[in-house]
Amino acid sequence: MRPLTKLALAGLLAMASSALAAGGDPQRGAQLAMQGDGSGAPCLACHGADGAGNDAAGFPRLAGLDADYLAKQMLDYNAGKRVSPIMQPNIDNFDEQQLRDLAAYYASLPAPASAAPANVSDAQLALGRKLATEGDWDTYIPPCSSCHGPGNRGVGHSFPALAGQHPSYIRAQLQAWQNNQRNNDPNQLMTAIAERLTAQQIDAVAAYLGSLSATAE
Amino acid sequence: MNLTRTIPLVAGLLMTAGTTLAEPEVPVNLPEFKPGQYVHQAPTVEDLMADESIHPELKKVILKGRDMFMNTQQFRGKYVFNDLNCKSCHMGEGRMNWSGPIWPAATTLPDFRGKNQHVNSLEERIAGCFSFSMNGKPPEYGSDDMLALVAYHRWLAKGAPVYEKNIGGRGFSHLGKDKPELDYQRGKAVYEANCAICHGEDGQGKTVDGQVVFPPLWGDHSYNWGAGMTRIFTAASFIKNNMPLGKPGSLTDEEAWQVANYINSQERPQDPRYTGDVKETREKYLNFHKYTNYGTVVNGKLLGDHDNTGDKPFLKPEVLRPRTFD
Repeated sequence: MRPLTKLALAGLLAMASSALAAGGDPQRGAQLAMQGDGSGAPCLACHGADGAGNDAAGFPRLAGLDADYLAKQMLDYNAGKRVSPIMQPNIDNFDEQQLRDLAAYYASLPAPASAAPANVSDAQLALGRKLATEGDWDTYIPPCSSCHGPGNRGVGHSFPALAGQHPSYIRAQLQAWQNNQRNNDPNQLMTAIAERLTAQQIDAVAAYLGSLSATAE
Repeated sequence: MNLTRTIPLVAGLLMTAGTTLAEPEVPVNLPEFKPGQYVHQAPTVEDLMADESIHPELKKVILKGRDMFMNTQQFRGKYVFNDLNCKSCHMGEGRMNWSGPIWPAATTLPDFRGKNQHVNSLEERIAGCFSFSMNGKPPEYGSDDMLALVAYHRWLAKGAPVYEKNIGGRGFSHLGKDKPELDYQRGKAVYEANCAICHGEDGQGKTVDGQVVFPPLWGDHSYNWGAGMTRIFTAASFIKNNMPLGKPGSLTDEEAWQVANYINSQERPQDPRYTGDVKETREKYLNFHKYTNYGTVVNGKLLGDHDNTGDKPFLKPEVLRPRTFD
């Protein structure tokens, strides 16, 4: 085999394996996001054409989140492991490959560059910053960043980006963990922390995280 | 539905709701303090800022020490040659009981220390952490950086009685002498079920944007064979009362022992006290290594039989030296 052919073959193999690793096709995902699953609203009706979501309505940003994280959430909806009366009927006709395509599509979209300024007092924002970056160890609350990473921009497939996520969504999810309405976290790592938070701490940390840039320091 | 059936059902639901509120799904299960123990409430940064009796210049130095403690990686390649920060093992800013709170070092030293068989100062104790746990080279005794760390320790001890040794929550607690029969495969199973999600199947942790999020537990970028954490009981106690993060006390003692043995059955950088022969080194420091797997054969391999010092370009920092008062 000539070196050049060998190189081209290696390139093709590398491309194929990276597509396999992601497990989804963003192009097909883009189509599905517009079409929907045939029995409900298409994704972009709520999450927006740019995947930015909507704070007032509590629809999360999806753009730029980890593909495997997004896929797991949708698979969990369809398996009844995560419950949402809005999400479930809108994706229950998608098969696993289609969900992975959608996840790959949203992961490929650029995260919105700037977040809305927090609509809370300076004191609340300071409390949120402390919880997110230093925690409150006297009540055994480690900082969000100890798992969600630098700038709370997410780590790997299991710890999603929180920076620039909508405060209404973060608040609702923390409350859902407290009320045992959400429990699809690995090893109850989020349940443990969420149930120790006060209502005031939830408001503060949601506002602070929402005010962070999703992309850079 | 008739009323006689409804009432117990409603009562049952109320009780269930009540139980949920009273008992968290993931409780913080930490050991009890023993009667007569001194239990310290270490001050917070907010306390420091509000304390007008502390000179602003001292506040600055204490905060510098705290910053060194929380982000020790800023000294990567100078004092630290692995991926750890002080707070990786002393969680919660070094203030937390059962998480190796650091303030007792300020109230109980100078004292004789079994590890190096002489009387140690606070600076020397801190130097020990850098030499072993951080696989590094400690800040010079008397240097600005060392003073900042000392100031942070001393301030955290504020109000604690000097030379009081009966301290609640000191160290990581001790799971006792009755360890179960240790089995590599059982430890591996505990690891994969509870630890791998953060620290990785390969134990190498996770770094994002150049910052260590989950520290490596073995290999070139973790603590070396001379670190206290290589002792199975120390690691088991740390794990039992601190891991998985946010879930202290969630593993059984048996699980903590097994996973501690699994983690400490992996290779890591050489003990700085290495004589050039692992078996000889083990024998020479047997008061320490009788609790480790160093110099023993695990899965057909003699652990610690190598010259690898990780990213550190030398074996032993100069400050590790005996003291005598003869």
